[in-house]
Amino acid sequence: MMSNMIIGRYVPGNSIIHRLDPRAKLILSVSFIILIFLANNWLGYLILGLFTLLAVASTKISLAIYLKGLKPVLWLIVFTIVLQLFFSPSGHVYWAFGPFTVTNTGIINAVYVFLRFLFIILMSTVLTLTTQPLALADALEYLMKPLLKIKFPVYELSLMLAIALRFVPTLMDETVKVMNAQRARGVDFANGSIVKRSKAIVPILIPLFVGAIQRAIDLGDAMEARGYQGGENRTKFRVLAWQRRDSLAVLVFMCVLVILVGTRFLM
Amino acid sequence: MENIIEVKNISYQYPSSTSKALDNLSFSVTKGEWVAIIGHNGSGKSTLAKLLNYLLVADAGEILIDGQLVNEANMWTVRNKVGMVFQNPENQFVGATVADDVAFGLENRGIERERMLALVPAALKEVQMDVFADREPTHLSGGQKQRVALAGIIAVAPKIIILDEATAMLDPKGRKEVIAAIRKLKDRLGKELTVISITHDIDEAADADRILVINDGQLVEEGTPATIFSSGQRLLALGLDVPYAEQLKLALKNLDVDVPEEYLDEERLVQWLWQLNLKM
Repeated sequence: MMSNMIIGRYVPGNSIIHRLDPRAKLILSVSFIILIFLANNWLGYLILGLFTLLAVASTKISLAIYLKGLKPVLWLIVFTIVLQLFFSPSGHVYWAFGPFTVTNTGIINAVYVFLRFLFIILMSTVLTLTTQPLALADALEYLMKPLLKIKFPVYELSLMLAIALRFVPTLMDETVKVMNAQRARGVDFANGSIVKRSKAIVPILIPLFVGAIQRAIDLGDAMEARGYQGGENRTKFRVLAWQRRDSLAVLVFMCVLVILVGTRFLM
Repeated sequence: MENIIEVKNISYQYPSSTSKALDNLSFSVTKGEWVAIIGHNGSGKSTLAKLLNYLLVADAGEILIDGQLVNEANMWTVRNKVGMVFQNPENQFVGATVADDVAFGLENRGIERERMLALVPAALKEVQMDVFADREPTHLSGGQKQRVALAGIIAVAPKIIILDEATAMLDPKGRKEVIAAIRKLKDRLGKELTVISITHDIDEAADADRILVINDGQLVEEGTPATIFSSGQRLLALGLDVPYAEQLKLALKNLDVDVPEEYLDEERLVQWLWQLNLKM
């Protein structure tokens, strides 16, 4: 069950993308999502496609892993495409049946929507596959720093995030253990009606919550005993270093942006 | 002799409990001593550990650590002097990787990064975990996690280390590794380090300079391992074990072998058995 989850999984490697500063990767992938909506013609999508493929190829991670990442959102993509395809109000009508019409703009929109989905998912997969969750948390902390001015607890939030990330595998292990223990006592998780299966979740959730709360109490004690007094006045062991390749990545991105804007006005 | 820890008439009762976890307990520890505190489950020994660095607040009595009263005003300086390793290796691991966890205490103290970069590897080397610096906690064994916890304490160099059943959840191998790491540290620092080991494990207690036996929140006995263990039967009555050598002596006694009364560690018991064999 857990091994199929591709979202949020990190694949170790040493490619150029792996070595980029997490801040650069985070900013660029978020900006990329905005950039996608700038494209409104074939040339624009072609450039975006090439850029995406370039990013995917330079991670040196096998394409199969990316395709696996597409699987969970497949239904959403199909659903949206179908909506676009059959419910377009304008354009040349090819086929009509009751409320359903297929028009040329409908087909084009469907293809555009599909490409947008594809690019967004591929790019965010590039981000998560090449960045350790902890590095992402560090990047978030750095980028949230301006919020300190409005008294937003940035340090506390990033420590919470770092601890949450550190406990994800621990809690996953525990879930599997509790499930196996309940199975050994005869609880069936796979069969029966939806009500029956939901009821079977209770004997997993309760021990998990109790365990998590006990862990939190223990961890709090341990942190206090080690001198934790809150976010202020702490130094950081882990620092992010912005390097030339990061500036270069931003530069490449800017070029794509300029070209894209150009195509929008030229065509 | 300078007392580094003085506990005077301490009492503590958990809000949810009807009886006192600690009842008018007093003892002191001299600088550089290795003291083992033993007692059965629920005897109040873990409560005592938390009182020593103000994780819990005593209802009555006072505690002095290195001449300083343990109270709200002093709690951070006291916690600077006292390092604690807790029982559950998983639940006290704060960092996402080994190096991060060791650095946590240093970060809290506002140590600048350049010094951390030197201190963290040195502390990891001390517990022989330096090759694991970038590992995540899920990929470590229990004994390794406890050694990392110890490294996190070594990095901030406290005067006192409290082991609150630090080896209770480990397998025999992990237990040996952790104890060896602490032994090595103690040998290196000598008088500069005081160790309080709260434990179930009798063999661990047998290595201490002095043993305190706690039962139902009260100090029932204190003395060197030799004096404590020579009264094996009394320990068994308190629900505690006796060391392996003592168990063997009791078994021999039941077979009508005339065993010596005083406590013998394993080596001396072997000597005695050799001599007995020669006489027969």
